[in-house]
Amino acid sequence: MSVWRIQWVAFSTILVKEVRRFMRIWQQTLLPPAITMTLYFVIFGQLIGSKIGPMDGVDYMSFIVPGLIMMSVITNAYGNVSSSFFSNKFQRSLEELMVAPVHPVTLLLGYVAGGVARGVAVGFIVTLLSLYFTDLQIHNLAVVVGVVLLSAVVFSLGGFINAVFATKFDDIAIIPTFIITPLTYLGGVFYSISLLPGFWQQVSLFNPILYMVNTFRYGILGISDINVLFAMLMLGGFILLLGGWSLWLLRRGVGMRQ
Amino acid sequence: MSVPALVVRDLTKVYSNGFQALKGISLSVEQGDFFALLGPNGAGKSTTLGILAGLVQKTSGSAEVMGFDVNQQAFSARRYLGVVPQEFNFNQFEKVYDIVITQAGYFGLTAEQAAPNAEKLLKALDLWDKREQQSRMLSGGMKRRLMIARALVHEPKVLILDEPTAGVDIELRRSMWAFMQTLNQQGMTIILTTHYLEEAEQLCRNIAIIDKGEIIQATSIRKLLSQLSTETFIVDLNCSIADDFTLPGYVCRKIADDGFEITVEKGQSINRIFALLSERGIEVRSMRTKSNRLEELFVGLVRGGKA
Repeated sequence: MSVWRIQWVAFSTILVKEVRRFMRIWQQTLLPPAITMTLYFVIFGQLIGSKIGPMDGVDYMSFIVPGLIMMSVITNAYGNVSSSFFSNKFQRSLEELMVAPVHPVTLLLGYVAGGVARGVAVGFIVTLLSLYFTDLQIHNLAVVVGVVLLSAVVFSLGGFINAVFATKFDDIAIIPTFIITPLTYLGGVFYSISLLPGFWQQVSLFNPILYMVNTFRYGILGISDINVLFAMLMLGGFILLLGGWSLWLLRRGVGMRQ
Repeated sequence: MSVPALVVRDLTKVYSNGFQALKGISLSVEQGDFFALLGPNGAGKSTTLGILAGLVQKTSGSAEVMGFDVNQQAFSARRYLGVVPQEFNFNQFEKVYDIVITQAGYFGLTAEQAAPNAEKLLKALDLWDKREQQSRMLSGGMKRRLMIARALVHEPKVLILDEPTAGVDIELRRSMWAFMQTLNQQGMTIILTTHYLEEAEQLCRNIAIIDKGEIIQATSIRKLLSQLSTETFIVDLNCSIADDFTLPGYVCRKIADDGFEITVEKGQSINRIFALLSERGIEVRSMRTKSNRLEELFVGLVRGGKA
């Protein structure tokens, strides 16, 4: 059996296992974001949004929908990999992979693909729900698909690194709670950064989530606070950086091999 | 001539807390062997197996499985290796069948390719009826058998078992012994660590005794047992004996009205014991060794004394 064939089957096995895992516990993985986002649509979009009026030339509900979809994608991609990989470490079932002829690249791709699958699945569910509240027109499909996939990959890699260093379950909750959630809320999900004073506009430009949300919003509505090409290149850079770091950790067995 | 199933040269391991678990051990296991690695707790057995399996990073030295270095040619080495660890290490929420099939996938076998072997193994290990159950619902013995099935699904040439029968009942232990013997007879090299010295004596042809990170004896079980200078038997009789019961040439000690303990030195005849008893009209009901022979040697070796 060729090495490529082994790696391909191993990758498919990890991906299937990951998808099976989040589908098995759909009450914990797929249902909560659907309920949370529906509440966002009702409270912020309908109740408060009707008082706010248009944002960047579109009604408020249409403005926040892309941000909320992107928020669902990145938090779920991150959460899937961090919880699954750490759980495998914790239960020692990761040893099943470590004793097998699975290349670190294959292992990483498998977990990242699992994170992307959940991010996309939740994003799709939230998109379907949003159709009840607003008419969604796609301005540029390639940008929509591209930014969703790239953002999901970036956050899956982030979740992986978090899980590698985590030694207890609390450790995989710290980054989402204290870093990702604040950055998401400050990343232009609910407002255009043009509303901010000049200084805070400049500060916001250091928030990578702003680029993801705005690029996705551009793909849906055709409006953006930032340069879309720059955002895509930045996402590519993040993937190279986090991917390289993840592989280095895997090869050294950090948090995995004694 | 075939390459050895396992070669370990000058292997050392120093953990991050400074504890030196292995101090340069070397050993070789031929293909088809049934090999035991014995040693007290903390001797370095699991560290050695962990390095072979890729779960522990060595500090220096080398280890090869079927001629492939476990670090430099890890992917080739791992294809030949099946590992049964000491602790349960599968996802407690996955189904039995899925655990076995998933492991096959990590070795490049699709679910369709692995299905016949998975079924054969689960049936052989009495787990087929449990295949749709989550693994956390299994008993301790079943979980241990599941780890064996999982380790064998990709048909390895070398099987490593770390304390495979720890905590299982006698009946199950014996059925697992029979299963391992069948695998060995089919040509699989089996390397196990065990605390049950009877297990090593019954199953294994060759043995290495490890203590404080060093191999203190590596030989065949037969040669090792031949080092015993004396052996003690317990003899049950069909009549009472006197308190000062003796047999000329032997050291005897009465332990019951109708039984005594006798120490036989190397070279002394056991037939003569029966002859002496017959002369006195005493019939032997049963005769058994006082303790496990390997255990006597083991204790002597790890204490640094003479067996």
